[in-house]
Amino acid sequence: MTLLTTVFAAIICTIIWYRGAPKSEMKVGHLCWMFWGASLMWFIDAIIEYGELGAEYFTPAPVDMLNDFYLGLSVVALGLIIWLVILLVKDPKGVVKAALFVKK
Amino acid sequence: MACFLVPAAQAVITSVAAKVMKSKEKEESVKIYLSDGSVEEATKIPFSAKLGWLNKLLWGGSALLAFEHLWHGEIVPFFPFLTAIKSGETAEMLAEMRSAGVMMSVLITAVWVGMLAVASVIEKRALRAPKPAEEGV
Repeated sequence: MTLLTTVFAAIICTIIWYRGAPKSEMKVGHLCWMFWGASLMWFIDAIIEYGELGAEYFTPAPVDMLNDFYLGLSVVALGLIIWLVILLVKDPKGVVKAALFVKK
Repeated sequence: MACFLVPAAQAVITSVAAKVMKSKEKEESVKIYLSDGSVEEATKIPFSAKLGWLNKLLWGGSALLAFEHLWHGEIVPFFPFLTAIKSGETAEMLAEMRSAGVMMSVLITAVWVGMLAVASVIEKRALRAPKPAEEGV
């Protein structure tokens, strides 16, 4: 469920990035790399777990599924916070800079 | 346990390599042929920028996986940071890093190599002048 949540986040971010490209004012590309990187890593985890559990891997207990989904959402939230920090620090539109200085 | 440390270590190495390469690279101006038949002057992105794709995949993935390990109590914010070391499961942890961690690094690198191949094809296509027969189509 964590893998699925992250893959969906990666797909949505990639679509948003493509719509705004090549300008990339919102730096959505960072989110894409982050979510795709994590998705690929969790895909390996999923393969290993499938190797141990077999078909049982696809029928998790509802409590486990809910907990994994909760983790997935938390991961997406953390990714968004990291992206927000990068966006505000890089400030490609100069919004933070404009808020800090008043023109005479 | 600590599988994300392998891609994180790779990220450190590739980040340093990208920095070194960036300082040595020169801009390469090229003419690209657009789909409407017009020609545009452009700068080819250097290899260090493409290595940056791998860095972002590795750093981003490692950061989110580190959070997952924190969630499951496999890493802690105090010394020795890894629960497996504290509980005397260092051998199991290293075995997991050798299997899952290395596989993660290999998969991400393989995806990046695939991206390089696709980017190379797109670049070659853009640099190639359209054939006269194609112009009328």
